[in-house]
Amino acid sequence: MKKELLFITVIGKDTKGIVAKISNYLYRHDINIEDISQRIMGEGYFVMTMLVDMQDTKTPLDKLTKELDKIGNSLGVNIQLQHENIFKMMHRI
Amino acid sequence: MTISVDEVFETARMILYHNLDIRTTTLGINLKDCIHSDFKTFKHNVYQKVRTKAVKLIGEAKKLEVKYGIPIVNKRIAVTPVSLIMESHCTKSKYLQMAKTLDRAAADAGVDFIGGFGALVQKGLTKSDSMLIEVLPDVLSQTRRVCSFLNVGSTAAGLNLDAVNLLGAMLKETAQKSKNAVGCAKFVVFSNAPEDNPFMAGAFHGVGEPDITLNIGISGPGVVKSVVEKNSECDLTELSEIIKRTVFKITRAGELVGRELAAVLKIPFGIVDISLASTTATGDSVANVIEAFGIEHVGTHGSTLAVALLMDAVKKGGAMASGNVGGLSGTFIPVSEDTGMIEAVKKGALGLDKLEALTAVCSVGLDMFAIPGDTPPETINAIIADELAIGIINNKTTGVRVVPAPGKKAGDQVSFGGLLGTVPVMKVNRFSSREFLQRGGRLPAPLTSLRN
Repeated sequence: MKKELLFITVIGKDTKGIVAKISNYLYRHDINIEDISQRIMGEGYFVMTMLVDMQDTKTPLDKLTKELDKIGNSLGVNIQLQHENIFKMMHRI
Repeated sequence: MTISVDEVFETARMILYHNLDIRTTTLGINLKDCIHSDFKTFKHNVYQKVRTKAVKLIGEAKKLEVKYGIPIVNKRIAVTPVSLIMESHCTKSKYLQMAKTLDRAAADAGVDFIGGFGALVQKGLTKSDSMLIEVLPDVLSQTRRVCSFLNVGSTAAGLNLDAVNLLGAMLKETAQKSKNAVGCAKFVVFSNAPEDNPFMAGAFHGVGEPDITLNIGISGPGVVKSVVEKNSECDLTELSEIIKRTVFKITRAGELVGRELAAVLKIPFGIVDISLASTTATGDSVANVIEAFGIEHVGTHGSTLAVALLMDAVKKGGAMASGNVGGLSGTFIPVSEDTGMIEAVKKGALGLDKLEALTAVCSVGLDMFAIPGDTPPETINAIIADELAIGIINNKTTGVRVVPAPGKKAGDQVSFGGLLGTVPVMKVNRFSSREFLQRGGRLPAPLTSLRN
């Protein structure tokens, strides 16, 4: 089956348990993490991106988005889930 | 291919902090196949076609919002110019019933505006066109969602001054009949109106369009302002470059969503309109972009150059990003829908004369401004005729959306509520051009139309 790749972006203040909580949630929903990167941006934002493959998950996208949003709120960070195509379109010619 | 953290962050930040969104997805629907000699059947056909298509649009657009994490703010409908389909049902009562049918279809589908209740009259009025203009004050005051347009001039045809001369009185009657004069906010008069414009109030589904098509309007004044602010020292060429790069990116997002939405709806994708469209949300103002260039308030000297630079850069960046750019693709500077514009009027930096000058270099027209309620109808006609002459001679679209606010004088406020905003009433020149306007007739097509 073809991979279905999405980016999870976490923006906010670095706190303990961000990777643990999110990766645990993803594992429970049969979502594979392909890549993780993180950086502190010039303006003081902590930014982490996860490239995830969703081909095996049975959970619908709107539910994942809502639940990740809840996890973000509990950690005090902003979590976004977006299909990789938007980044390919915007940043590659 | 890998996407870096910086690139992911850039996109996320545009959406989260700088109001990047898809401003509108507008479904153009041909209504010619709904025409029926029995008016009841005709109305039923229109209702069914509009409602069914609109419900599908909204459902699929919501799915894409989730998939790409980008808001699609408005989902709207544009239909065949209504005067065309009403030719054989040309009575005041039937016109009003058709408007209410469109209003109900939009409401039942959950669409906030439906455009196309208008006519193309640049060379003259048919009986149906005249009836449409006559019934407009009732339509605009008795419906909530129906938007109207008239195209009264073009570079190829000149200006139909006889049609323009009907509008001042029509707008004043509309203002009187509707609460806070809001009916006037749903009517635009154009020269060179594009057939695929996705933005209200002037959207309609042109006669050269297919049965159904999807057009997209992007947004992004906040994103552009943010990059301009980060580059406060650069010269004009560099400024243009950074705007181009940013607009390329935001237009790509529109192109992606538009093409995918059209594909899932199984309809042809029309165009991306690359206009920067403001809202009254903080940080979503085109005037603030101009001010970030280094202009104290939009409207002062230098503003025309600034709008020219902005627009040209937006077009260059947008044109490369999309396979089909169309619609208006200018910069909107509506007074009531842009906090920076409102502020500039209040502070006395921006008057009607300068606003008109700004529209010459590329914005779409005199948009969403209020004038005193006692402005004579022929002065309103003259304001419209001046603005449209700019479009006709310069081979571009221009439009006017003006609200003569009953009982208000220059400096007062009018509030329309919601997206349409609040607007300070602007001063109008008190000298008359009545005798000139009363000559009527048609301005001949300009020399620039002779291109064959």
